[in-house]
Amino acid sequence: MEALVVFFLLLIFGYTIGSINEKNHYKSIEEREKKTLPLPVVNMKKVEDILKPGKKIASAELVTGSVVVSIDYFKRILASLKNLVAGNVRSYETLIDRGRREAILRMKEAADSPDIIMNLRIETSTIGRSANRNSIGSIEVLAYGTAIKYQY
Amino acid sequence: MILTNVESVPGKTIKQHFGIVSGSTVRAKHVGRDIMAGLKNIVGGELKGYTELLQESRKQATDRMIKQAEELGANAIVNIRYATSSVAQGASELYVYGTAVQVV
Repeated sequence: MEALVVFFLLLIFGYTIGSINEKNHYKSIEEREKKTLPLPVVNMKKVEDILKPGKKIASAELVTGSVVVSIDYFKRILASLKNLVAGNVRSYETLIDRGRREAILRMKEAADSPDIIMNLRIETSTIGRSANRNSIGSIEVLAYGTAIKYQY
Repeated sequence: MILTNVESVPGKTIKQHFGIVSGSTVRAKHVGRDIMAGLKNIVGGELKGYTELLQESRKQATDRMIKQAEELGANAIVNIRYATSSVAQGASELYVYGTAVQVV
């Protein structure tokens, strides 16, 4: 009985705070995405593809951004229920989406005012003990690329 | 030391190749951080402790790679790649590798 109460408490607690968290996070992501819009990020490998005619490159450096995000208790239970019937696991979609966008934003913010970031790579890895079901749902996203500054 | 993840250093030419250089570190989780992360797992969101832990470890791996390249006499590392693998429960390996070159 007590276990059931704890379970429901966790469920409600996870749902309310988790959804507020997610909403705030999305709001901040969208704001910062607007702010960093002038800096283009491309995944082209060759310099010739990104170089505007007549421009010369002054410097190039590696920039990275990473984040570890976790899913809340409610969504974790929801996802395990969804596993029974298959289909889109929406709760995990938003988790990964948040992680990727946040990592790219951090990479852009870490760069020292470059003109373009080329060869963007995104790595995703799961964190936590896979044997323990409770800790599934944390992912690390790493975004990295080469920041280019033009000569003026 | 110039680091890039493209095949050259844009704006410069490669004079000499020194071959692959790499750095790695295996990090276990911190008990205190683990407890905090456990609590954070209920409400979701960013696990700041882990983000920092992984950033520190990745920096250490990169420093090791840079040291190796310096010993070879290189002044740049191109085509850098990061890889992450979990070795054991609660520990993960961060690996970074690239090609050491001399550019002018």
